[in-house]
Amino acid sequence: MKAADFDYQRPSNLEAALDLLDDESGDVQVLAGGQSLMPMMNFRLAQPELLVDLNGLEDLQFIREADGHIQIGSMTRYCELENSPLIQQHVPLFSKALPHIAHVAIRNRGTIGGSTALADPAAEMPALLIALDAIIVARSRHGERSIKAAEFFLGLYETALEMGELIASISIPISEAGCECGFYELARRHGDYAMAGVAITVQTTNPISEARVVFFAVSDRATRTEAVENQLNGVSTLAGEEMKNAMEEIGKLDFHGDLNADIATKQHLAKVVFKRAIAEIFS
Amino acid sequence: MINSQNISLVVNGEPVSASVPNRTNLVDFLRNQLGLTGSHVGCEHGVCGACTLEVNGSMIRGCLMLAVQADGAEITTVEGFTSRDKAAQLQRSFQKNNALQCGYCTPGMLASALEYVEAGGGADRAAIRQHLSGNYCRCTGYQSIVDAVVDVIEQGAKQ
Repeated sequence: MKAADFDYQRPSNLEAALDLLDDESGDVQVLAGGQSLMPMMNFRLAQPELLVDLNGLEDLQFIREADGHIQIGSMTRYCELENSPLIQQHVPLFSKALPHIAHVAIRNRGTIGGSTALADPAAEMPALLIALDAIIVARSRHGERSIKAAEFFLGLYETALEMGELIASISIPISEAGCECGFYELARRHGDYAMAGVAITVQTTNPISEARVVFFAVSDRATRTEAVENQLNGVSTLAGEEMKNAMEEIGKLDFHGDLNADIATKQHLAKVVFKRAIAEIFS
Repeated sequence: MINSQNISLVVNGEPVSASVPNRTNLVDFLRNQLGLTGSHVGCEHGVCGACTLEVNGSMIRGCLMLAVQADGAEITTVEGFTSRDKAAQLQRSFQKNNALQCGYCTPGMLASALEYVEAGGGADRAAIRQHLSGNYCRCTGYQSIVDAVVDVIEQGAKQ
């Protein structure tokens, strides 16, 4: 199908974009990479009156190192993240996960901010940001605020963003020595939305500490599971009794079925992806 | 509501100016207003890859970009690829390997294969399949398409 008609604005600076978003009278939608919004508009699931295209905002396109963080402008495209030496060096979890996000032609357009703002429960980016303890910087005409990724994703396509706000940048703490990461997802075809996936960061210096285990495509949002992390923290490797306990805890997650897999399948696959990601970290 | 815009862009090396409705996607504009029917419209939600084309040097989905967003852009479609060495080789190799039957996916498949070959991708079949995973073909079973891409890479290595 074709999208319904809409008004279109392409502001050339952030202030102008925020002014357009500040209009509470109409149905305003931000257009980032468009790789999810355009299909939704073509299906008429989204019919905004005004589309504010952020693709002219060069001040939202950057990857830089500052204050122990990697700061990424929200309009940075996936392909730019993949090719960035800073990301390769300091955010290895991104380097592992990015090739699984859709296909090259999608990654050439899709942006980190767009995926974060959409909060698709099957998307990789929310889980990655929670696992990395990232900070999401939101801007509106009334100022700026920082939101921890763990507090940003509230439910199915629901975030802590308020009316008039957009994501300006995302800040990822540079990991300390000894920090390892794992990522695994199962999809029907390479690049499809996952049937179940997991992102893990962990300090592997004996004993294991600071584990963060975040599942995606299993529930209504990316889900951090402290009960599973507790099985990892304090041991030297995950096996035997702790692995059995971890499996039990994974089974207790709030699973939601979707078109690709029902609840029982997702329960099984969540355990599979966790075991494979752990095996990769400790191999 | 202002529902159309004037855009100026370069398509296959030629400057173009046009008035386009906001809601028109790039591939519909190329096909319906410019008559460049090489890029195909399949699923209209970014899954099938039939509309894959080049914008400012990157392969993208023509159905997931608005024509108004292409203002100032440089666009190359399958009609414009042929002047590039690797594209011509891929086209001959697709023909030789029977890498198409109905041909619906072929322009998008060529675009994605061209991106892989021009970036210096190796003749590793798994890597080629991964790169082409965003392009659906319902005729060939992909085997012959991968054969065609491998042939071009191996010929390039011999030269």
